[in-house]
Amino acid sequence: MNDKAGSVHKEKIYGPSDYKMDFPLPSCPGCGSPSACKIIVEALEELGLIQNSVVVIGVGCAGMGFFGTKMDMAMCAHGPSPSVAAGIKHANYDDVTVFTVQGDGDCAAIGAGYLINSAARGDKITIFMFNNTNYGTTGGQMAPTTLLGQVTTTTPQGRDGMAHGYPLHVPEMLATMKGVAYSARGSIHNFAHYQRTKKYVKSALQKQTAGIGLSFVEILTACPVNWRMEPIKAIRWIEEEVTGEYPLGEFKNADSLD
Amino acid sequence: MGEKMFIHGYEAVGRGALNAGCLHFFGYPITPQNEITEFFARELPQRRGRFVQAESESSSASFVFGAAAAGVRVMTSTASPGWGLMQEILSHIAFCELPCVVVNVQRGGPGQGTTRHAQTDYLSATRGGGHGGYKSIVLAPSSVQECHDLMQLAFYLADKYRILTVVLADGILIQIAEYIDVKPLDFGPVPPKDWALKGIGKKEGRFDYIQSTRGLIPPIYKNIVEQLHEKYGKIAEYETRVRTYQADDAELLLISYGYVARCCEEAVNMARSEGLKVGMIQPITLWPFPYETLEQKASQGCRFLVVEDSMGQLVEDVRLAVEDKKRVALLGMSSRHLAGELGMIFPETIFEEVRKLI
Repeated sequence: MNDKAGSVHKEKIYGPSDYKMDFPLPSCPGCGSPSACKIIVEALEELGLIQNSVVVIGVGCAGMGFFGTKMDMAMCAHGPSPSVAAGIKHANYDDVTVFTVQGDGDCAAIGAGYLINSAARGDKITIFMFNNTNYGTTGGQMAPTTLLGQVTTTTPQGRDGMAHGYPLHVPEMLATMKGVAYSARGSIHNFAHYQRTKKYVKSALQKQTAGIGLSFVEILTACPVNWRMEPIKAIRWIEEEVTGEYPLGEFKNADSLD
Repeated sequence: MGEKMFIHGYEAVGRGALNAGCLHFFGYPITPQNEITEFFARELPQRRGRFVQAESESSSASFVFGAAAAGVRVMTSTASPGWGLMQEILSHIAFCELPCVVVNVQRGGPGQGTTRHAQTDYLSATRGGGHGGYKSIVLAPSSVQECHDLMQLAFYLADKYRILTVVLADGILIQIAEYIDVKPLDFGPVPPKDWALKGIGKKEGRFDYIQSTRGLIPPIYKNIVEQLHEKYGKIAEYETRVRTYQADDAELLLISYGYVARCCEEAVNMARSEGLKVGMIQPITLWPFPYETLEQKASQGCRFLVVEDSMGQLVEDVRLAVEDKKRVALLGMSSRHLAGELGMIFPETIFEEVRKLI
């Protein structure tokens, strides 16, 4: 836009977050995790929470998007992020927003005990679980979320329910628990869903700042390399197959736990 | 000013922690230390502190990880099987250099073992119990007073060096009651925790990563491990502590810690009353171990009788310190007065062994 006397007025409409440093992204091409991390950072900024937040990342690809972010960050072992986050919350006497970014293996397999008990206690934290239906970091093994029939390196003939167990529906399960204030599943395979998921992320963070209970959002993310698909096909596969097993939407949205 | 109190070991642990300014406790029930967990459940809410009963020792250790990363004085307490379960997280705490305190009230092992006293976690505690080759400071009280005082020292050392400090007690020590002085101890200043996680808004924009994957990014893994071990070397140089009893002219020295050290003290009295030159050296820090003190005594011609309620763990450190292995004898769990879980190593048994050796 041309301003008076020929000077150019520039206004930032959209771009990288001010809280993001120039840091090489450790993710594979087409990976959905960095975009999902970006949604969280955007939500924190728009809610004015980012300066008073601590992120706890689990072991795996999910939280890697937070490397190079100007935020306080903790990372412990594989699974216990909810307990670590609750410890940070207590140590700050609740005067901080704490959230975890975990993969489906971290959150729903090795960390399932931590997750369930954190939800039962109603810890005032937010858990973001990125579901890419496999163990991405270790090279594409079966996860609790792997679809029936899906080929992984540990289910070379495809996942067979009778032999390998059945897909785990985490937000649906958490929605049945009293300590949970908010539970939803979003996807980022197109822009409409990106925006809808951002709304879920914001709602979850607001539940925490309102001090109601545990809030949880699952985000479906693509893993083209381990799915052996081109990125564009991976996104289509989410839309056509993954959302069939894992329906999108809010499963619980409570204003109080009682 | 202090206060004289007749209290149990478990309460001394609790009052020691409170006197150190610890207002955060996360625990999981396990015998024989439940009274410590119950003490904090009762006391912390009255002091604006935080107590959470977690769903496992893995979880309580993870709460400790989080709270320590956020910069408060924090602790947990457990007994041997729970100590085993915590090791995964304690290794991460070690790598992240988080200051915190873990009390391990030893009971018989391996496995579920017994719910009563024993000293079978010595090696696990002093060698860094988890994976990866690290060290924790290990303090060993032998009285209710020391339970109280060493808890405070534990928090001080943890903060001073950014390290996990373990207080290694046992089932007897925690369950006996004695008259003690209850008062805050001043060990001096500790470095500020300007790295604590609380959100960058409270730190003028400074952000910190406390992360167990720091070996993946520069400054390369080897440097981090070397820095850790440099720190361990400094601790070994400056923080080794022992208590000696009748040791100056002793020809035979009893080496022990925990409840057994009390029995040894009594055995030394018995020996002295018969004119035998027997003394005692009780390591207060099991790691760093007082190798030099024992080396010196060995070079003066002393012999050593290690008394411990295990089949022989502390004795390994004594043998490392004393070149002539023939000078080191062991009186272990086989000398308990009963075969069942209530068996103890009594002063009379120790004195008998002393007589055989001298």
